[in-house]
Amino acid sequence: MDFEFSVIIESIPSLLAGSKLTWYIAIIGILGGLVLGTVAGLLRISGTHAVGGEFYGFSQVLSKIAQKLAVAYIELIRGTPILVQAMFIYFALPMLITGVTGIKGIRFEALTAAIITIMINAGAYMAEIVRGAVLSIDKGLIEAGMAMGISRLQLIANIIAPLAFRRAIPPLGNQFIISLKDTSLFIVIGVGELTRQGQEIMASNFRALEIWSAVAFCYLIMTSALALTLKYIEKRMKII
Amino acid sequence: MNSIIEFKNVDKSYGDLQVLYDIDLTIEKNEVVVLIGPSGSGKSTLLRCINGLEMITGGELIVDKIKLPEQKQHIREIRKEVGMVFQQFNLFPHMSALDNVAFGPRKTRGLSKTESYEIAHDLLKKVGLGDRSDHFPAELSGGQQQRVAIARALAIKPKVMLFDEPTSALDPELIEEVVNVMIAVAKEGMTMVVVTHEMNFATKAGTRLLFMDEGRIAEDGDPVKLIKTPESDRLKSFLRHVVEE
Repeated sequence: MDFEFSVIIESIPSLLAGSKLTWYIAIIGILGGLVLGTVAGLLRISGTHAVGGEFYGFSQVLSKIAQKLAVAYIELIRGTPILVQAMFIYFALPMLITGVTGIKGIRFEALTAAIITIMINAGAYMAEIVRGAVLSIDKGLIEAGMAMGISRLQLIANIIAPLAFRRAIPPLGNQFIISLKDTSLFIVIGVGELTRQGQEIMASNFRALEIWSAVAFCYLIMTSALALTLKYIEKRMKII
Repeated sequence: MNSIIEFKNVDKSYGDLQVLYDIDLTIEKNEVVVLIGPSGSGKSTLLRCINGLEMITGGELIVDKIKLPEQKQHIREIRKEVGMVFQQFNLFPHMSALDNVAFGPRKTRGLSKTESYEIAHDLLKKVGLGDRSDHFPAELSGGQQQRVAIARALAIKPKVMLFDEPTSALDPELIEEVVNVMIAVAKEGMTMVVVTHEMNFATKAGTRLLFMDEGRIAEDGDPVKLIKTPESDRLKSFLRHVVEE
């Protein structure tokens, strides 16, 4: 067996370009997913004691609707493969929009579809992480806050959010890494991310061992960077 | 009229389970009301109704002129006038002692950072923890945590203070320091409603003792008299158990 390092060196520019795109999709997708997941996770438990619901006299009807919507989103996304979601968003969604609105010629760029897919997919999983983290907060702390007469928003911003965030960091880190690796699936909608770059180089020189080793190494570097960042944040916010 | 809390035929149930029956109770300003009774008698529930942590299911409850349940959208106005101390302290674990105490004045009274810190410093000094202001709750003993919690509740300058078994989660040797702070608060004329088994507090600082049994107020009178010379068998046997502890 011969392992030709020169093959890897030659392919560095392509691999770097692919890595850059992978990183770009992952970071935007994850940040968007975090926002989406936080909203969905909070809606999923709206009106419950975990967010001071019964004490603030939430509208029970609105809370129930919000909960149902969040559950529908989470179950729909968790229950279908991300590959199918990507295909759906890239190929089927424009057709659906045209069919419903009558506007013709709608098309997502592959990159846009990829970012949307990561956002929506990661958002559903993060919603459950957020929900779990919020539910884990001691009810007594919520009551202590409310007994002072602070508003619901102050309660969420000053007490629930900081405590829940600390608890959510380890599972969120997990999801960040999964989402980053999931970007490799966008090879199927023709996004020039890292895996596709590897595939293309491989197709021209047939050096599977070198190329896939290099591709794996690039992913490892990126996931390590994510893991280290989270570790740093976790250390700075001492877990209580 | 000097009453600040008024229960009128108040009922409270959780679904089919009724925990308070037809409570009629008027608490005047500067009263220090001590609530005792066996577990499950409804004393904590009665206390938690006052600041709306539980909503009454029958009758009317007037706290600082706000009527419940009629005006329950104004529940925050009640809470700003009613401080509460919990059995499990419930200090915010991500804030220092100082920040815990300064939080209320800043958020509910809209005071500046400097003003609220000044209040917090003074109150921590008052509860004997002036040198612990930078400590986090996890770095304090139970008794110290509870004293911070009392300072936190006082910080919003409430008209009434509620105490829900404030010493029940404490080691015996830490109870006294908390009781002493509570007595000091009472001596300053604060209106207090205290659920406790500390007869020491009841006789030293209480102006009125309520004995609750099965969701009703069974006895209502002078603390010293009721504790030293109880008349009903029910209260006698309850006090025997408490003293034996």
